Amino acid sequence: MSAEATLTKEDSSKSIWGGGRSPFNISWGKMYMWFFLVSDAFTFSSLLTAYGVMRHRFAEIWPKAQEVFTHFPFVAGHLPLAYVGLMTFILIMSSVTMVLAVDAGHRRNNKAVALWMFFTIIGGFTFVGSQAWEWYHFIEGTEQGALIMPNGDHYRFTEGVKGAPEHALIAPNHTYITDAVEIAKIEKEGRPVHGANLTENEYGHPLFGDFFFFITGFHGFHVFSGVVINIIIYFNVLGGVYTRRGHYEQVEKVGLYWHFVDLVWVFVFTFFYLV
Amino acid sequence: MEVNQHSSEAHVTETDDHAHGHAHHDDHHDHVENFWTKYLFTTDHKMISKQFLVTAIGMAFIAMFMSLIFRLQLAWPDTKFPFLEGFLGKWAKDGVLDPGFYLALVTIHGTIMVFFVLTGGLSGTFSNLLIPLQVGARDMASGVLNMLSFWFFAVSSAVMLSSLFIETGPASAGWTVYPPLSALPQAIPGSGLGMTLWLISMVLFIASALLGGINYIATVLNLRTKGMSMTRLPLTIWAFLVTAILGVLSFPVLFAASLLLVMDRSFGTSFYLSDIFIDGAPLEHVGGSPVLFQHLFWFLGHPEVYIVLLPALGLASEVISTNARKPIFGYKAMIGSILVIAFLSFIVWGHHMFITGMNPFLGSVFVFTTLLIAIPSAVKVFNYITTLWRGNLQFTPQMLFAIGLVSFFISGGLTGIILGDSALDINVHDTYFVVAHFHIVMGSSAIFGMFAGVYHWFPKMYGRMMNKKLGYIHFWMTIVSVYGVFFPMHFLGLAGVPRRYYANTAYEGFSQLININQLITVFAILGGIAQFIFAFNFFYSIWRGKRATQNPWKSNTLEWTTPVEHLHGNWPGEIPEVHRWPYDYGKPGSKEDFIPQTIPYSETPESNTPDDLKH
Repeated sequence: MSAEATLTKEDSSKSIWGGGRSPFNISWGKMYMWFFLVSDAFTFSSLLTAYGVMRHRFAEIWPKAQEVFTHFPFVAGHLPLAYVGLMTFILIMSSVTMVLAVDAGHRRNNKAVALWMFFTIIGGFTFVGSQAWEWYHFIEGTEQGALIMPNGDHYRFTEGVKGAPEHALIAPNHTYITDAVEIAKIEKEGRPVHGANLTENEYGHPLFGDFFFFITGFHGFHVFSGVVINIIIYFNVLGGVYTRRGHYEQVEKVGLYWHFVDLVWVFVFTFFYLV
Repeated sequence: MEVNQHSSEAHVTETDDHAHGHAHHDDHHDHVENFWTKYLFTTDHKMISKQFLVTAIGMAFIAMFMSLIFRLQLAWPDTKFPFLEGFLGKWAKDGVLDPGFYLALVTIHGTIMVFFVLTGGLSGTFSNLLIPLQVGARDMASGVLNMLSFWFFAVSSAVMLSSLFIETGPASAGWTVYPPLSALPQAIPGSGLGMTLWLISMVLFIASALLGGINYIATVLNLRTKGMSMTRLPLTIWAFLVTAILGVLSFPVLFAASLLLVMDRSFGTSFYLSDIFIDGAPLEHVGGSPVLFQHLFWFLGHPEVYIVLLPALGLASEVISTNARKPIFGYKAMIGSILVIAFLSFIVWGHHMFITGMNPFLGSVFVFTTLLIAIPSAVKVFNYITTLWRGNLQFTPQMLFAIGLVSFFISGGLTGIILGDSALDINVHDTYFVVAHFHIVMGSSAIFGMFAGVYHWFPKMYGRMMNKKLGYIHFWMTIVSVYGVFFPMHFLGLAGVPRRYYANTAYEGFSQLININQLITVFAILGGIAQFIFAFNFFYSIWRGKRATQNPWKSNTLEWTTPVEHLHGNWPGEIPEVHRWPYDYGKPGSKEDFIPQTIPYSETPESNTPDDLKH
């Protein structure tokens, strides 16, 4: 009795891994995409780990994201992290529309696939554009900027910092300097810096800028490639390629990629903006 | 042509079956093949494997020449070699090797050997040749991406070689390209355009490795023929599969490390750079960490050792079992140890960095994980020896090379125990002891595995046999020179001679060791000559070798059930079904001393054991 049970159990396991079929019931193409994403995940993990290590090393003078990203289009004043929140929401929504496109593909509803792919593309474009906008303001910096002393000490004006006195400087030890005479003295000695680039950063340690530009840039490149691929698939859908083929696996594959890019952004967002 | 048509039709149906009706396969080979589609832009895995092999042989010879040039310099630092000027021009004025170019030579020698010969060449050749043939598939999962993998490799090789011809010379910061040396063009001439080309070449190489690796994984998992369960796969396939997984997980990290280095070099960032003074003036770079690069680099770098070694071990398993006419000892233990080695290889990278200022506690953790690797490695070695034990040994050239591999794996592994222990490592860090260790355990082992593979599967690749006698001469000259070169190097290292120095005679204590250096160089030249014998044998046999029979080694695996003449799609008729594991050699009671995988148990009642019926 028990011997028979073992036999059937072995047989069923052999039918999956015993050759002559795909053990996961997926085509090589989808498997290819999965393994590509695994490898890409390692690239992003190594970048984010490097970021974490360096940030930990300079924890004292690492800029606070809520004091850096405070702009919102058409709104005067400072709204910390509001815009990046909106961007993130848009990207996540584009993942939702992608799910709907894949689902429409399963139902072989060509029109619905096209519609949801269209919304996904719009979402992707909006995200990339928003990122450009975010970069622009980071590069531009504040009007008052910061002062870097000859010894490398960094004094930032309080513009955009919530709850700080106006027209004051933030000293390296995180105290506010409000005395006008002292401010004038520092202004005389220090070199003014506005915004951030790859070598300087108004908001604090230059490595913040280096990592921010590189990792969000690398991610943005992924999103942009994704949008381009989505557009190609979109036109294939319009041209009825997948109706003729009888299945929408291509849509599923780009869907996998799109969700991955979205997921990576959740980590980038967490580590750069929230933590 | 008719056969061809037939097979490609079968090919399409088969892959469609596997892919469950979708996957419009991108290669329909109904057209007549011309030179371009047959030899250059081919999607046939057998031709792609030959492309990888021939490219790798070319690269290996270039890298070997480089090693001979710097060996001459190390043995006779005060002698002029006017013929060098003919080769190297301004890098060897009046026959005196330029010290900067010496560094370029060791850098490019290492880079080519590690990446282009032992990674691209070894995996590229044998994964491509054997995966579809041994799992019973018509071709790789994607022929087009496979072709792209080769062409990325070819372009990457060309870019790397082109850096030899530029004015400032090729990259010279060592094959590990540690910043800040590699990041600042002001530091050495080689860190200028040469380093940029090195990085471009590496990025292309990584693309090639990923395209190939993912293809190998998808093929092994998805396209196994009926009956080819995971525990009936030849150990070669297990080794290639795990190697490909290692590559897919570790190369992306090198990719990230390279991109950050590109940023530091060309766009002014400071990921790896901090507090650097050049000519007394500080650079603007602040805050970065060169150790960060080392962590990223060695996270790839250590798995890379096993990317190089595992395929060679897989080839050796197959060759040793076939030529001992005995089943491989401990088949499942072999699979297990491959998997354990692969897992451990990701958590030992710190043993390359014991003296970087890394926390000593962390160092001791890395010592522990490193020494753990000795266990699965020893399992493999014992299994090879017990497979040989009382076997009916056939001393073919490939068998000799496989046994040579086992020998190197033992002797190099022993010094690995010393280097893996931080307390002992500190004394010999960055000396010739390290050079000797990795050349034996990884370099020579892997290249011997590759030679074993070439001799064994040459009949499958070219339909002809290589000359045995030349093979024996090649083997004996090579193994004597490998030990002749690298055994004495251990003593240089124990005496404290550092790596990468242009001339050790500048130091009183080392100049009396010059005899050892001369001995090493003599053996190196002998080894170099031996490789010409191999090259002659290889190319001569392609056109003039004895015609091969279908199964010249009386082997069990599926590749020997295909016809000698290649056809795209591998089998003229149906793909054979598999009924048993691949190691039924010398089975008691059986009529012949081998039973191919395609023979069902019902046809061999005389040799079946009660265990067989459970399978």
